[in-house]
Amino acid sequence: MEFRILKKRLDIGRQFDVFLDKVSEAGLLFKAGVDAFLSDDIESFENKIDDIIETEHEGDTLRRNLEETLYIQTLIPESRGDVLELLENLDALLDRFKGALWKFNIERPQLIEACNDDFRELTSIVVEAVEATVRSSRAFFKDSSSVTDHIHKVPYWESQSDKMASKLQQTIFRQEGLSLSEKLQLRDFVKHVDKIADRAEDVSDKLRIYVIKRSL
Amino acid sequence: MFLFFLSSGLFLGWSLGANDASNVFGTAVGSKMVRFRTAAICCSIFILLGAVISGAGASHTLGKLGSVNTIAGAFIVALSAAASVYSMTKLGYPVSTSQAIVGAIIGWNFFSGSLTDYHTLSKIVITWIACPTLSAIIALILYKVIVIVIGRIKIDMFRLDSMTRYGLIVMGAFGAYSLGANNIANVMGVFIPVSPFADISFFGLFKLTSTQQLFFIGGVAISVGVLTYSRKVMATVGEGIMNLSPVAALVVVSAHSLVLFLFASQGLEAFLKHHGLPTIPLVPVSSSQAIVGAVIGIGLLKGGRGIRWRVLGGIGSSWIVTPIIAAMVSFISLFFLQNVFEQKTYRPVPYAITSEAMARIQKQGISLEETGSMLGKEFPDAKHFYKALSNLNNLEPSDRVFILNSAEIDPMAVTFKKLKTINLDSDWITKQEIAVLEKLEGRKFQHKWQLDEALAKISPHWQPIENGKKYNERLQHKMSHIYDKFRYSDK
Repeated sequence: MEFRILKKRLDIGRQFDVFLDKVSEAGLLFKAGVDAFLSDDIESFENKIDDIIETEHEGDTLRRNLEETLYIQTLIPESRGDVLELLENLDALLDRFKGALWKFNIERPQLIEACNDDFRELTSIVVEAVEATVRSSRAFFKDSSSVTDHIHKVPYWESQSDKMASKLQQTIFRQEGLSLSEKLQLRDFVKHVDKIADRAEDVSDKLRIYVIKRSL
Repeated sequence: MFLFFLSSGLFLGWSLGANDASNVFGTAVGSKMVRFRTAAICCSIFILLGAVISGAGASHTLGKLGSVNTIAGAFIVALSAAASVYSMTKLGYPVSTSQAIVGAIIGWNFFSGSLTDYHTLSKIVITWIACPTLSAIIALILYKVIVIVIGRIKIDMFRLDSMTRYGLIVMGAFGAYSLGANNIANVMGVFIPVSPFADISFFGLFKLTSTQQLFFIGGVAISVGVLTYSRKVMATVGEGIMNLSPVAALVVVSAHSLVLFLFASQGLEAFLKHHGLPTIPLVPVSSSQAIVGAVIGIGLLKGGRGIRWRVLGGIGSSWIVTPIIAAMVSFISLFFLQNVFEQKTYRPVPYAITSEAMARIQKQGISLEETGSMLGKEFPDAKHFYKALSNLNNLEPSDRVFILNSAEIDPMAVTFKKLKTINLDSDWITKQEIAVLEKLEGRKFQHKWQLDEALAKISPHWQPIENGKKYNERLQHKMSHIYDKFRYSDK
């Protein structure tokens, strides 16, 4: 019986791993989706939307299972609240990726050629910020002393994202031939994507505290 | 009547369960790693096992402190100790049952005019300081080691969680077992000589002696205490002093169990002695003190910031108050029982330097020039006799103790009638030993030591052996049963 319970606990560890994979995958899908949109490859873009919806759904199911298991089996009582919060926050990042792609799909903004490369760059910086958060979270579950190896990268990517967002906004507002409403719409997109990196930084700041709380 | 008197022992057992035993799993429950129900059931089972399997070998240091010599007296001593522990438990303070018993016995000593053995008392009181200190040191070292190990092996959060959980249960069970083994004698020890039980054999597979049956009942009382009333103290221990992480909780429980083991293991004592190392006194120590000490140890390791000193101060003062309350309750209740209910709460033990005692003292080489004035004079109790002895100048403290032992009057007669009433209980007397006793039929003794010497003369089995501490303790234990059996009052 003892081994069975131990095995169950290991399964939970694996489930966390899979959940983190989903968050990471969502980032990649987001990047590929934005790229397809910018390249006017609408069919591929729509495929990515379908994929990210599926990933988000799987992530939600995993999160619910994990939350229930943590409570029902009263696992890691001293960190349970923190781990649940981390789960929610990571899931929120996943949701933001999906939401951003949906926003593209609903609004179909007319992007300007001059911004395309910078927009791709912004997307990949944001995905890197989330990726560093996912790596830090993985380390938190496996060996909390190695969290510091990854977590310092999150603020770096976040500041890069801020810079790129500012640059993009400047380009948009200095662009001639665009109405104010079009400029405002494009700015809204830039801010929406940039916000994902901000949120990733918030998650990593909290994670830093969880690590201190768990330190022996 | 036996059952009535036993009730106070059971009450004491219940208090022990509600208080001392709850410490064992307090930190595990406080850190929410083990559910209260799981902890309580596990604790009850292992206390019961410890009491029945290893209980008979527990040390009898408390017996040396004062020998409560009537069942009504024992009833009051147990009752006062239990009442003190109960009131402290109600307030949520983890106090020690042995402290309460020490207080209650001292109360009886005062009331009956018996002498308190200050050497034993100081030994016990020193352990009240040594035990938490040692526990704190062990916890500190253990914690450091565990932190290094966990850092090295890079363990997964969930694996660490499950390992800590099992560790808590295993170490808790070990602690509960040793607690049962050490403390059952405190609870039930006084009732062994008056136990009406006989040995029971289960299909020839294993046997429960009369003492084990008594310890089983006591163990059940402790278990009931754990199941019904230990929650509050568990909360104080687990959360009150400081918030503990599960790993810290595991360290606390392990340090506690190790300390209980160190102070109670006769095997370890023999091992240390055999290798010429200094031994640890075998004293019934308090699990509360061991736990509190360990928690402080970890708190100090973390810079002392997390410790709630107010709660700790409360616990510390409850440790001082408990024996005092127990002593007062014991004294007052004895007074009432003796004067209002006219029960005999103690048997007066007179002292006199008889001619036989004189011969023994002289044989020891103690100069008795000044004792001449005391010769043949009877003193009502130890206190008066000791006071008279103290007036003599040229006596060493050890000589005084020897004279005191030699002059104690305890008339006994080995009669056929009484010999026939000896129940065969393999825990305290064998057939061969009864055969030796039968050879003394018809003889009367004024002093205990006379009976000792007469028995030793007939059979080497009744002689104390050199460096045989365990054997001699058992022998002494047997002798006290025999004194009880053959004692008669000519008044």
